[in-house]
Amino acid sequence: MAYVFDYGAIVPYAPLIAKGVGITVELTVIGGALGVGLGIVCAWARSLGPRWLRPPVTLYVELIRNTPFLIQLFFIFFGLPSIGVSLGEMQAAILAMVINLGAYGCEIIRAGIEATPRGQFEAGASLAMTRIQTFRHVVLMPALQRIWPALTSQIVIVMFGSAVCSQIAVEDITFAANFIQSRTFRAFEAYIIATVLYLVLALILRQVMRSLGTLLFPRRRAAR
Amino acid sequence: MSPFTTWDILRNLLFAAEWTILLSLVAFIGGGIVGLAVLFARTGRNAALRRVSMVYIELIQGTPLLMQLFLSFFGLSLLGFDVPPWFAAGLSLTLWTSAFLAEIWRGCVEAIPRGQWEASSSLAMTYFEQMRHVVLPQALRIAVPPTVGFSVQVVKGTALTSIIGFVELSKASTMITNATFQPFVVYGLAALVYFALCWPLSKSSQILERKLNVAHRNH
Repeated sequence: MAYVFDYGAIVPYAPLIAKGVGITVELTVIGGALGVGLGIVCAWARSLGPRWLRPPVTLYVELIRNTPFLIQLFFIFFGLPSIGVSLGEMQAAILAMVINLGAYGCEIIRAGIEATPRGQFEAGASLAMTRIQTFRHVVLMPALQRIWPALTSQIVIVMFGSAVCSQIAVEDITFAANFIQSRTFRAFEAYIIATVLYLVLALILRQVMRSLGTLLFPRRRAAR
Repeated sequence: MSPFTTWDILRNLLFAAEWTILLSLVAFIGGGIVGLAVLFARTGRNAALRRVSMVYIELIQGTPLLMQLFLSFFGLSLLGFDVPPWFAAGLSLTLWTSAFLAEIWRGCVEAIPRGQWEASSSLAMTYFEQMRHVVLPQALRIAVPPTVGFSVQVVKGTALTSIIGFVELSKASTMITNATFQPFVVYGLAALVYFALCWPLSKSSQILERKLNVAHRNH
């Protein structure tokens, strides 16, 4: 049987798809920003933080990195209400993404921090910088610059992971595609459009991260 | 109706985990074979094949696995094939794995010094002979830790197949939750089962990597 593509059938659903793109972008931006923040805190805790803080952070990182995002999401959305923590689907999705990216980001950023030569800490201290100042200016920024490409890839992976959030009725791109598929039976068209949208979003995200990188690390650009 | 005990839940999850393991093995072995073919195309001498394999890798790595699953599950059935969930799951996970493995292995192949290629080509070896006797045996050593590390992604990737109706650990969790109304316990236990599957793989990848670095330092 030859299949005839009919993208015209999708046209009435354009607003739904546009809304889906908006939600996916929202999830990625909020989840990405908070996730990187959590990753920085955890990376600090695991490499420079107090000794008692290391085992719990390590446990968190290992637990998240060795379980599927889908199960994490279901645990947060379906499981937590039974112990009294009820979240809306958007909040649950964002929380799951932050927790997920936090663990992966922690490992990536930690690799950058541990590549900092010892002498740099001493140099920071000899300039009468406080520990926090040293961490921020001497350790963190060069570390972030070192691992920026890896962090970018991880955020793209998290954006692809966000497709799963459609399963808890977050109305993202995948949700729109599923909806169209169930209404029109135009599965190929719906999912191809969704796939292309993800592809384009990933390209845009990489470009944004590259620009953000040159903005965050302006003076060090020449050194690279 | 008899009530579910925690032990009942765990036992049923472990039954379902067999399918997770089986699907992971299929995807990993199938993906390894296809990935090797993609690797040959990607690093070979034919420019057209290099382009095609590059686009293949970019397309698969640049789109969500869930979309690939939906396309093979709903898409193929529209073409007139009767696609059961296990087939769509196995197919898309195999292709997904192959793209990532090919890209990991390409890095390992390119880490082999140029001189080795030149030396073997001066011995009149063909491209396949070079790969078989000179490059791959050396690349294999560096390829093991990242390959084992990626197997964790494959196991976690199988969770997505629950969405197209393949009954494995995640789908079983949802089904048991619907029967017991204990999502906290069920998903918590499911997470622990996944952890028990993945953590040994992650750990051995780390240990292998450390061993390899020691070997490097002694050179």
